[in-house]
Order: sequence, then structure tokens, then C-alpha cells
Amino acid sequence: MTAIALAAPKRIILRSPGYWKSTFQRLARDKVAMTALGVIAALFLCAIFAPLIAPADPNAASMIRRLRPIGTPNYPLGSDELGRDMLSRLIYGARLSLIIGVTPVPIAFVIGSAIGILAGYAGGLFNTIIMRTVDVFYAFPSVLLAVALSGALGSGLTNTLVSLTVVFIPQIARIAESVTTQVRQLDYVEAARASGAPAYRIILEQVLGNVLAPIFVFATSLISVSMILASGLSFLGLGVRPPDAEWGLMLNTLRTAIYANPLVAILPGVMIFITSISFNLLSDGLRSAMDVKS
Amino acid sequence: MYAYAFKRLLHIIPVAIGVSIFCFLLIHIAPGDPLAAILPSDATAEFQAQMRTLYGFDKPLIVQYGLWAMRALQGDLGLSIATGRSVSGEIASAAVNSIILAVAATFIGFTLGALLGFMAGFLRGTWVDRLASSLSILGVCVPHYWLGMVLVVIFSVTLGWLPATGGGPGGSAGRAFDWAYFRYLLLPAITMSVIPMGIIARTVRSLVSDVMAQDFVQTLSAKGQMAPRIIRHVIRNAAPTALSVMGLQLGYLLGGSILIETVFSWPGTGFLLNGAIFTRDLPLLQGTILVLAMFFVSLNLIVDLLQGIIDPRIQRS
Repeated sequence: MTAIALAAPKRIILRSPGYWKSTFQRLARDKVAMTALGVIAALFLCAIFAPLIAPADPNAASMIRRLRPIGTPNYPLGSDELGRDMLSRLIYGARLSLIIGVTPVPIAFVIGSAIGILAGYAGGLFNTIIMRTVDVFYAFPSVLLAVALSGALGSGLTNTLVSLTVVFIPQIARIAESVTTQVRQLDYVEAARASGAPAYRIILEQVLGNVLAPIFVFATSLISVSMILASGLSFLGLGVRPPDAEWGLMLNTLRTAIYANPLVAILPGVMIFITSISFNLLSDGLRSAMDVKS
Repeated sequence: MYAYAFKRLLHIIPVAIGVSIFCFLLIHIAPGDPLAAILPSDATAEFQAQMRTLYGFDKPLIVQYGLWAMRALQGDLGLSIATGRSVSGEIASAAVNSIILAVAATFIGFTLGALLGFMAGFLRGTWVDRLASSLSILGVCVPHYWLGMVLVVIFSVTLGWLPATGGGPGGSAGRAFDWAYFRYLLLPAITMSVIPMGIIARTVRSLVSDVMAQDFVQTLSAKGQMAPRIIRHVIRNAAPTALSVMGLQLGYLLGGSILIETVFSWPGTGFLLNGAIFTRDLPLLQGTILVLAMFFVSLNLIVDLLQGIIDPRIQRS
């Protein structure tokens, strides 16, 4: 026998880190995505702790201190057309802007995935009916569909959320249907069906785990669009109502002040831009970390 | 070709019917009595009953839809509450302005986007490539209504070069292809062009790099063909997809122009829609959305057919 001793077997068998863990490890190495995540986290913290951070009451108007420029004492970012402190309104604005911009996507993700996965798995007539309905919604550019629904339902927080959710459900359902149709034809699904597993078990155990990643990545990419659309609806007067602080609405009311104080008037748009681009970059990072092809 | 065209047409019909049902239902999902939305608030009870019968609101929903759809097919979309004029007439005069704006924006966006995307695909991994990808992310993420305001701040408020709002020197009536009119078109068109520019740049970049990776391009360069000839081949292969993306973008811009037209008070369909929302003019809202959606559907069909003509391989797939 040889004198060389073998290493303990348990040291040779390496455990694979697992799908989610390796995804997060890859994401954590992505500097751009991490920066975007940091910005988003900061925005959420601003929204949650707005009363603690904001230097002034966002609704305290002052007719004699209207449209102060950036850098005025007590008004670090100036004041708006009703003399309200811009910095405080931008901080408080994060609350409603993030609520109306972000919430529709997870709701649409759940409903759209359910519809799409069922349609993709069932196939046949059910699939045709669902996918033709989805086609109808695809006949509207997103902005037009959102405006049509909000315009008919009227302004307000709930109606905005409903309209945007309806805009995103067909988009998510279409992606979910196409990936499910691909997975459904794979051998292990056939095998499960042949061994007599009921449909709901196959969907939950074989299909769901394999389709969720691409649907999820697509849904995260919609948040950036949703932020712009939601604030756009408010900008048109279709979203939240005054005097609530919301970036799109602030942009709308400050439009009249564009000659008097242009730099203050464009500030809320900067916030929408930063939020939208952060969500977009994070979604891009997630896409490559999860290795989903677009 | 005819079989392909027929198939596409058959596919479009159910979508068009679905779109019309959606638009029809818009008045019914609106809170309150649909009649109340159509009539002025001070209408007498007798007049209300008369109108109820006339519009068919006393009939079952499906019959109402049939009547509405028949009228819509004949170009009768009802009367605007705010102005009392026919909705179709209002849309027709606004549509011209919207089309001018959307075509101008698509032209700017496509020219710059295709150029940028082409260079990025040809020079992959260089600074041009990085610039193109950054610009395409910015183009998608920027709230374009805000970008419009920023451009107004720069070019109208600060520099005073271009007018901030309006549809031309003589309002919506004065359309002439001269510099005076062009000045009004420039800012909204540039603002609008940012959206397709990024998307087209990204599409063209990936098309070009795909074609560049193909064997025949390798062969061409191995045979000592010069860059201009290779570029010609690359363009021929990338053009059909790029053009179809452009067509779709034109549709998106026309349908989604409401925000930019509102910022610049450009008297197009988006501006009309915005007015309809403010005055709760539901027939005008419904009619405008129907026309815009149908236009988008037809444009998709035309793009599909053109693509089938340019690239016969698509017909077989």
C-alpha cells in the first residue's frame, strides 16, 4: 500500500452554494447594481422616516415666501408656488411616489404570473382565450391604456393603482405564458404527468420553480416604467390629488413657475429620474446575476 | 404573400373587436350613470329620457355595443360635451398635428439612434459602444415630460431661442413649412425622439453585432473586402428589423403623446385627450382612445406586412 493518506472524504465533497445564494453573491459583486440598490434603500428610508428627516411641514404654505430660490436660509432647496419647503416636500413626496410607482408591479406580478402560467400549462382553448385578451391590451401603448383607465375611473390613489396594475398584468401574463409553454414540453414535466401527478402539483413543483426567475426579472424591469407612468398620471392630474406631496403632481403644479424659478420647478423630475434609473440598473444587474436571457 | 397577408388580417380582426369593446366599456366603468356623463348636468328629465332611448341606454349592454360599433364604423363617434362638435371632427383636426410631431420625432430618433447603434455594433467594446448603451438606458428611464420641461428651461427660459409652448405661430391653424413653424416643432420633437432613440440604438447595435458575427461577413473580410462593402451587407441584413421597430415606435409615440403634448400645449390628439379628461368629456375621451388604439393596431399590421415583403423568410415562420 501507498504511504500517501487520502484526505477526509467530507472535505472533497463540496456543497454547491445553491441558486439563490449564488445569485446574491453575483449581485453583490455588481458595483452598478449595488449602487442602485443603495439609492433605492435611501429613498425608501426617506419615505419611511420622512417626519424625522424633513426640516419643515410639507404642507405649511406661506404666501409671502413663494418660489424662493435654492439656498435660501430655512429653504435649502427653495420653496414652491405656495411657499412650501421644497426639500420637505421632496422627502415626503417619496412616500406617495414610491407607493403608486412600485405597488402595481408586485400585484400585477402575482396576478399576471397566475394567469400566464395557467394559460401556458393548460394550452388549448383556454390559452387561446387568455392570450387573445392579452393581445387586445397590447393594442394600446402603455401610456394610453393607463390614461384611458384613469381618465374613465377618475383621479385618486386607488384608481391610479388599479389602472397601472391593469396595464402591467397582460405584459407579465404574456412572458409567463411563453416561458411556461416552453417548460411544459420538457421531459421532467412529461415524466411527472406520466406518473400521474395532478396538475396543481406539477405546476407548483415542476413548473413554478423553473418559470419564476424570468418572470421575476421581467417584473423588476417594469418598476422603472411604472415609476415614470405613475408620476406621469399625477402630472396629468389623474393620479393623487393636491395638496398631497407627490413628485409628478409637484412637477405639474410647478410648471407655472418655470419662468419665475426654473431650477426649483424641475427638482421633482430629478427625483423621478433618479428613482427610475436606479430600479432599471438594479433590474439589469438582477438579470445578469440570475442569468436570464432577455 | 397573399396567404401571409390574409393570416395577419385574420389575426387583427379579433384584436380590433376587443379594442372596440374595451373602449365601449370605458363609459360604463366610469363612476355614475353613463347618460349623466354624456348630457350636460342641467338637462331636463324629459330630455334625459329622450336621450336614453336615442343612445339606447335602455337596451341590453350587448345591443348598445352593436349600435355604438355600427355608428363608430360609419365615423360617428358622438358629440363632444364640452364643445358640442362632432368627436370625429375634433380628432381629425388634432390628429394631423400629432402625426407631424410623431413623424418628426421618429425621424430624429431613428436617424440618431440607428447611427449610434450602428457605430456601437461595429465598434463593440469601445467608448462609442459604452456611450450608446448609457444613452439607451437614459432614454428609457428619463421621465420625458420632465425632459421637456428641462429643455424649455434651457432653450426658452434661459437662452430664449425657441418658443416654450404652442402649435405654431398662428396657433393650430398656421401650419406652414417654414422656420417660424419649425421653431415650435423643434423642442417637442426632440423631447419625444429620446424614447425611440435609445430603443433603436439598442436594437441596431445587437442586430449589427449579430450580423458581424456571421460566417459570410467573416468570409467577406477574409476575402479582403473593404469596410464599405461589408457595411452594405450588414445594413441589408439589419434593415428589416430596424424598420419594423421604427414603425412600432411611431405607433407608441402617437398613442403615448399625451404627456409631451401637454407639456408643450401641442394641439394634437394627446392634448385633446388631456382636455377631455379635465372636462370629463367622456365621448371625446372614448373616441380619441378608440382612434389612437385602432391606428396603433393598423400600424402593427402594416409593419408586419412590410416586413413580410422585405424579408420573405418571415412569411414562412
